[in-house]
Amino acid sequence: MAVVSLRVNGATHEVDIDPSTPLLYVLRNDLGLKGPRFGCGLAQCGTCTVIVDGVATRSCVLPASQAGGEITTLEGLARGGSLDPVQQAWIDEQVPQCGYCQNGQIMTARALLDRNPNPTDDEIRAGMEGVLCRCMTYYRIQAAIRRAAREGGA
Amino acid sequence: MSTMLELPRAVEDALRSVNPAASRRGFLKSSGALVFSLSVGAIPGAAALAQAQAQAAGPYPDPDFRELDTWIVIHPDNTATFFVGKTDGGQGTGTAFRQMMCDELDIAYDRTALVMGSTDTTPDQGGSGGSDAIERDGWTMRRVAAEARRVLLDLAAERLETPAAALTVGDARVSVAANPARSVTYAELVGGRRFDVALSGNNVNAARGEADVKPVQDLRVVGRSIQRYDVPPKVDGSLSFACDVKVPGMVHARNVRPPVVGATLRGIDESSVADVAGFIRVVSRGNYVAVIAEREEQAIEAARQLAVDWAPPAEAPFPASDDLFDYMRSVTPVSSNESRPVGDPDAALAAAEVVLEADYEVPYQGHTAIGPAHALADPADGQMTIYSNDMKSYGLRDGVAQFLDMPRERVRVVYMDGPQVYGRTAADDAGFEAAYLARELGRPVRVQWMRDEETAWDTKGPAYTFRLRGGLDADGRLVALEYDARAAIHNHVGYNDPETVLIAQLMGIRPARPGGGGAATPSNQYAIPNLRLTAHVVGLPMIWETPLRTGNLRDPNGPQVTFAFESFVDELAAAAGADPVRFRLDLLEGSAEDNAFRRARSIAAVRAAVERFGWDARPSPNPALRDNTGAILPGRGIAYTYRSGTIVATIAEVEVDRETGRIRVKRLVCAHDCGLVINPTGLEHTVECAMLHGLSRALWEEVRFDTEKVTSVDWATHPTLRHSDTPESIEVVIVNGDPNPDRPDLPPYGAGEASHKPMIAAVANAVYDATGVRLRRVPFRPERVLAALRGQGALIDVAA
Repeated sequence: MAVVSLRVNGATHEVDIDPSTPLLYVLRNDLGLKGPRFGCGLAQCGTCTVIVDGVATRSCVLPASQAGGEITTLEGLARGGSLDPVQQAWIDEQVPQCGYCQNGQIMTARALLDRNPNPTDDEIRAGMEGVLCRCMTYYRIQAAIRRAAREGGA
Repeated sequence: MSTMLELPRAVEDALRSVNPAASRRGFLKSSGALVFSLSVGAIPGAAALAQAQAQAAGPYPDPDFRELDTWIVIHPDNTATFFVGKTDGGQGTGTAFRQMMCDELDIAYDRTALVMGSTDTTPDQGGSGGSDAIERDGWTMRRVAAEARRVLLDLAAERLETPAAALTVGDARVSVAANPARSVTYAELVGGRRFDVALSGNNVNAARGEADVKPVQDLRVVGRSIQRYDVPPKVDGSLSFACDVKVPGMVHARNVRPPVVGATLRGIDESSVADVAGFIRVVSRGNYVAVIAEREEQAIEAARQLAVDWAPPAEAPFPASDDLFDYMRSVTPVSSNESRPVGDPDAALAAAEVVLEADYEVPYQGHTAIGPAHALADPADGQMTIYSNDMKSYGLRDGVAQFLDMPRERVRVVYMDGPQVYGRTAADDAGFEAAYLARELGRPVRVQWMRDEETAWDTKGPAYTFRLRGGLDADGRLVALEYDARAAIHNHVGYNDPETVLIAQLMGIRPARPGGGGAATPSNQYAIPNLRLTAHVVGLPMIWETPLRTGNLRDPNGPQVTFAFESFVDELAAAAGADPVRFRLDLLEGSAEDNAFRRARSIAAVRAAVERFGWDARPSPNPALRDNTGAILPGRGIAYTYRSGTIVATIAEVEVDRETGRIRVKRLVCAHDCGLVINPTGLEHTVECAMLHGLSRALWEEVRFDTEKVTSVDWATHPTLRHSDTPESIEVVIVNGDPNPDRPDLPPYGAGEASHKPMIAAVANAVYDATGVRLRRVPFRPERVLAALRGQGALIDVAA
């Protein structure tokens, strides 16, 4: 066990854990966050995605001790009581079904738009390719990303 | 360490509507109890909280469906909470329930909240399944809400000293028609108090009071695309899913499955995990093994590290997936069912001008939820509380009570959101496991399956083989058809039965005899003068403790059967040189009328799809194929079917890359008639996703196994649909093909599964149109498409 310091959603947390513990379990079980969820533990599905220093990152395979940057989770996207434009677009397009994977979809979309504020349809597909949804909400996800790019001042 | 208790969002909302000041934190501080349990007729403020606290420790008697108070509570602030015994896997049924009940109660949507699916707070309507939430249970909800309105109107008549006939009702307020200034709110009549009104009905589906539901023409909330209430909390991270529940003292468990299916446990070396921090203990009985640790990652580590000695089985549990269809065709069926033939199929086939015969194959396909199965069970106070997303929460409660030999009223299931539930998922298994482990340990235990466990061991949709024969006369008319199906569906597991869950099977618990399972026949309204339908159930060597357990998976047999049948109809149309739409319409127009007006509605749906798509009538394959020297071959295909009362006609536009074998579906048009539509946007979204789920099964999904174990265990070995597979355009055409479309009693039919059903066939037919090559084996992965193009590709050159 060792004390690991994490910057999450603008606050600093110190947790006493095995430093190899995947970040996902620290976020969920020590910090009480619910956005990132366990999907595969293999970095294959994206359900656990958080943004680390602007990069969409799979928290299920990232040792907490190596998560050294500014970590943003789904709970940290809203600013000053206003939803992120991506979140608002998700509501406007009524994207989720069960919602379990949507954390990864939203966080990956946010990072994609930060890199490329006006992606083409092909760039959206390519950028989102590794994030899986078994309710198959892909069609609305892609529409919401186009909407966020259009309306969100992303 | 966070120990904050998490309440289901809907319960939380209900709590706030009882007492807006009772924030979750405040409530928990005041009670220290686990979960709020809203007592019907609850009074506001501290008394409600005290009552909730008292109930949290159990016992948990069943809410009585014959009491109006079970279903509807009017609060002092003139809001209402509805309590229904269904669950919502994210298809918007919860929002639709509220819309229907608001209309009948005459209250604005925003004044209401809904509590669903928890066994101690909501009446048992069976949870979800069979796409019946709106179709069947919606009627009960509408009737009880109408009854509440009637009672309120009577109370108002008394209070206002005016006959009910001279009163009007609008948004939770009753007014004197001639003098609207004289009025009384629902809250003033009954807010915070009980209705104390009995309902009649021998079962929950028959529950009703004296009032009738409104005619369709009077519905104002129904028919509007109200945004789903569950979307914002799913998007901002505030919703507590079942996987998020935390209770004090909870620990984490992981299962250790046999590495070879059918293996027998010989021994466990617990010293192998002695060095794992936080390790608590190993629990095992029969062939069931689990490890428990203080922290989640510790349980995972211990499960990986635990040294277990397994004795392999004497015989292989199943053939390898490569040999599955040969095995199914050669094995003696467990049971066979031949319906009474129509006409004389043998004579008609013998006399036919052209006879076609084709075989089709569909492998096992799984649920493979994006979130592996999980549950948290808490044995506090001598009760058992299970936090689960099992869509059949009531059955889970009964099954666990039986499994643990506990009185029913000491077990409850708190239903919460979770990963997709399209039938009998492993959420059921995980609920039993958590409850068993919690009782063994005497502490709250959370269990979650790992990815490989979920993908390998969840229940499977049955594999099918088909042989179809059809005869055309000299004019190209279908005169005879034989359908012969074999389904690997022996010992198909139902819901929530203790003998059917994996933990019980691994413990050696067996029912007196295996479940039968049923093989299915097609659903269509075609007039076929000579017809024989035969369906056989076949079994694999091992039917217990097997990852090839079959269980209901979204329209459990429909996608398989419709793939074979609607592909074959397409083959017949091509052999007749007929346009595939015209060929189907001829079969439909010759049909006799039947219940739910399925003939007229089928014709209307096919025509609506054709019109939206812009279908040009011509036979398949696409004549442009002959002159196309490029890699990309375009085509279109249609498939039609019905499920219960819902009609669907789906057209797929595809491009097939003859060099890579990759199929791209460019556009989908689905004409969908499910009668009365409660929420158009919600319906469209459900239909879109059901279609894409079908597309995933068409293009990618297959359970692979050798003779020892399932080998498709993650998203690399078990591919699923991805963003890049998503069509550029999906159009849902809502059809009302009822012969009397404006009738006041227009019923709603189910929508969760129907559009899933014809999807594989529509793609296969479009690929034939594009390439002239018929795909008869699901899924249509690129390598299989290439092989088919090479094997059948008389019309086209394929890159070697």
